[in-house]
This record gives sequence, C-alpha cells and structure tokens, in this order.
Amino acid sequence: MILENIAVYALVLFLLIGSLFSLVGVIGLLKFNDPMTRLHAPTKVGTVGVGAFLVASMINSATFGDGWSMQELLIMIFLFVTAPISANFIAKVHMHSQVGKTPPPPIKDDIWSTLAVPKSDPPEE
Amino acid sequence: MAKAFNWLLPHPLLTLLLVMVWLLLQNSFSGGMFVFGVILSVIIPKFTAVWWPDRPMGIRLGRMLLYSLLVIWDIIIANFEVAWIVLTRPNSKLRPAWVVVPLDLVKPEAITVLAGTITLTPGTLSADLSDEGHSLLVHALHTDDPSAVSYDIKNRYERRLKEIFL
Repeated sequence: MILENIAVYALVLFLLIGSLFSLVGVIGLLKFNDPMTRLHAPTKVGTVGVGAFLVASMINSATFGDGWSMQELLIMIFLFVTAPISANFIAKVHMHSQVGKTPPPPIKDDIWSTLAVPKSDPPEE
Repeated sequence: MAKAFNWLLPHPLLTLLLVMVWLLLQNSFSGGMFVFGVILSVIIPKFTAVWWPDRPMGIRLGRMLLYSLLVIWDIIIANFEVAWIVLTRPNSKLRPAWVVVPLDLVKPEAITVLAGTITLTPGTLSADLSDEGHSLLVHALHTDDPSAVSYDIKNRYERRLKEIFL
C-alpha cells in the first residue's frame, strides 16, 4: 500500500517533469528568432521530456499493470538514434538557405560536404 | 572453427543487438521466443551481409557503457541549462555561434556517435561534416567563448570515443 503511494507520487513527478520540459521546448521554438537556435529547442524536448514520460509509463505498468515493461527502453533507444539525424538534416537545409550568420569554413578541409557540389553535377542557373 | 564462426555470424554485434531488440519487443521472456529471436538474428545478418561489405571493427563494450552513462548524465544536466536559457534570456542577449571542431577520429562509426552525442547534449548541435571528413560544424545555442565549446567536445567526448573504437 505504501509502495503504491510512493509509485503514484513518482509517477506524478515524472509526468510533471516531462510536461515542463515539453512546455519549455515549445516556448523556445516560439521565442527564438533564427532557424538554427529554434532547432535547439525541439531536439532537447526529445530527450528529457519524452524520457520522463517513458519513465512514468514504466512505473505505471510496473505498479498497476502487468509488471515491468521494457518496450519504453526500446522507444528511448530509437529516439536517441533518430533525433540527431532529423536535426542534422534541418541544419543542412538551413545552411543551403543562407539566412543568418553563414558558418565559418572548416579548419582542416576546403568546404562543408553539404555545400560541396561535384563537378559532374553543376548547379542549376 | 573461426572460419565457420565468421561464415555463420558475419556481424556478431549486430546479432547480439537483434536478439536484444527482439526480446524487448516481445516484452516478456520465454524460451521459445528467445530461440526464435536467435534464429532470426542469425539469418538476418547472414542474408544482408552482401550490403555490409566492411566488417565493423571491435569496440570496447565496457567503455561504451561508461560513455553512455556519462552522456545520459550530461543530457540531464545540460537540459536544465538550456531550459534556463530559454526561460530567462531575452533574444537580444543570446549569443549563438558556429563552432568548427577539428576531428582526430577517422572511423565513420566513431564520427557518427560523436555527432549524435553533440546533438543530444543540449546547447550544441552538429550541423555538417567537411567534405573530407576532418572537421565537424557545430552550432552552439549560447556561448561567449566558441573555442571553449570546441575544447569541451574534444576533451570530454572525442578522447573517450578514441579509446572505444579501436
């Protein structure tokens, strides 16, 4: 009985943390005024915000469901693998659109790979 | 013996990963499912080996585990920092910056993990790799000293990754 009470409080705590971070992510997305800084906000929500929701889901199924559920771990792993890739693509699109500060040239090589156009494939006029 | 092992398991780590993913997807452990998972995890790498010409090099699993714990800790800490920046810092006082990080890593797998780590640790975001793969372009949300960001990335993550990927 006491254990169930503790579980309920933990559940509420993690749900609150998750929703708080989601809220901060949305505020950041609306507040910042340049695409690159805007991109920072949602990639952050994807980690701690969703992570807290998933922990809450695990506590819920462990105490009130059918025992420990491990699928949340899988969701978290896939999220951690895919979130950087989508962020990376948005960043590359931003580099092509050339709004805001242009990135500095690389230190060791000539050009950033997304801006490097192969000679066999000239840019359209 | 080693040859037979190589023939049967062209990617041992992939097999291990597939077994684990299978068991997690089932959400309950039973002998039958485990055997079925092992069969699938042997067959899938065997039949897709044609598209994976390079054998992946060894990684140090123990150090990889420690590295994951460090990254998870950093994600939690840095999330609070970014939340603080979002809530308290007006746009006019925000100093976003591009940071160029020269890379010592050469293995594509190691660079991928480094780029993912940089994006996941809030406040920094990896944007692009140079055409020959020797520099990484990173965007920092708020920094007064871009060279410190570059030093942090190199010292905290890249140094460890160099020891993980042999």
